Amino acid sequence: MIRFDAVSWHAGAFRLDAVSFTVPAGSYGVLMGRTGCGKTTLLEILCGLRQPSGGRVFIGERDVTDLPPGERGIGYVPQDGAMFPTMTVREQIGFALAIRKRPGAEITARVKELAEHLGVAHLLDRLPQNLSGGERQRVALGRALAAKPSVLLLDEPLSALDEELRDDLAALLKRLQRELNLTALHITHSRREAEQLADVRLRMEAGRIETAPAG
Amino acid sequence: MALPAQRVSPFWLALSVVGGLYLLFLVAMLVATAGYTTPDKLFAALGKREIQYSVVLSLVTCTVTALLSLLLAVPVGYLLTRARFPGKHVVEAALDIPIVLPPMVMGLCLLILFQTGFGKFIESATVTFTYTVYGVVLAQFTIGAAFAVRTMRHTFDHLSARPEDVAMTLGCTRAQAFWLVTLPAARRGMFAAASVAWARSLGEFGPILVFAGATRMKTEVLPTTVWLELSVGNLEAAVAVSLLMVLCAMGVLAAVKWLGEEV
Repeated sequence: MIRFDAVSWHAGAFRLDAVSFTVPAGSYGVLMGRTGCGKTTLLEILCGLRQPSGGRVFIGERDVTDLPPGERGIGYVPQDGAMFPTMTVREQIGFALAIRKRPGAEITARVKELAEHLGVAHLLDRLPQNLSGGERQRVALGRALAAKPSVLLLDEPLSALDEELRDDLAALLKRLQRELNLTALHITHSRREAEQLADVRLRMEAGRIETAPAG
Repeated sequence: MALPAQRVSPFWLALSVVGGLYLLFLVAMLVATAGYTTPDKLFAALGKREIQYSVVLSLVTCTVTALLSLLLAVPVGYLLTRARFPGKHVVEAALDIPIVLPPMVMGLCLLILFQTGFGKFIESATVTFTYTVYGVVLAQFTIGAAFAVRTMRHTFDHLSARPEDVAMTLGCTRAQAFWLVTLPAARRGMFAAASVAWARSLGEFGPILVFAGATRMKTEVLPTTVWLELSVGNLEAAVAVSLLMVLCAMGVLAAVKWLGEEV
């Protein structure tokens, strides 16, 4: 479960006031709203990359408001994949486990498992500049899932892809979310993506969130 | 990969003429200097003990300065790019002081600083800088580091913060994200920053003359040699050393241009 409880944040003239919403455990939440309305800021607060000026953030039953990003049990996939420029696909996917100093054999096995699952097993020794947009997003997804997070956060992950690839990746996202029983929050401008993916639809307007059931 | 040729128009032609004339001027200057001497005279000048000493001292001090500049430029450049703090514009302007101040004035400022209680305390706690080889390095560093900081700032400005954010969500601290993700991606910029500091230090004259002196076989670096040889009318030696510096500078330029793309 993801829960925002009266979260506020402000910088200059831009402010979010007492934003509250819930994405139930195991659900796929899709957040829509105009450009610049604060969707990415909201996601960054959830990631722990920005500190709210008020309110509490919960992941599951745990209050994570004051936890550093790495201790929140989240996987984060930004818009362009945000690949690590000098690391191979193998290193990118194994990164979260390497940082946790997991044994080499465990890292190798997890990288292999995820790479096969995501269809990037033939790309493991490539650097990001030699990947297509769709491949990057698959690798970013593998990297986010390596440490088995309970929550997956996606910031317009399909916006830079062509339509056919979008449908493929959207299907993959939905399948993974179901198989791994993840709670997902996905930002998009695309109604089509929302229709394909959402269990819960959230709409952000004027610094507030309206929740609507999917369909 | 060859770029497709552009259609020739009066506009492009005019720009090319302006650029071409400037390039011609630079090349003419270098060719004239090179033609002024012969290889025999060049090697004879470079065989002098004093000149050999200044070549070695220049290469050593410039390399030390480049490394020290990088040690300063990487954290400061990163701080300026990623951190938001009050008075940031003032700090940025202050860091450019060595770039905008006349080099001779920088040397004088250094000399005066080390006459104060603070400067004397630093010298008593570390080493003597005034009129020593350490002073040569400090004078080069004062200016070279400012250029290195600028280069690193530019480098970090062009590296997205997003991968660092992702690394932090994957379990890194801010320092680990910097060390494991951003720094490896900045290696080309680091090479450029060190090269710029090195090249700038090689040509530094004013502050070294004022702060470290121009004592032969002690604080004499290549620009000092040119000046000393010119002042006693030995134009041959001055030209020989100048050509050596031209070669060094072109070497650095080539390294930054070609090797930099590989780093």
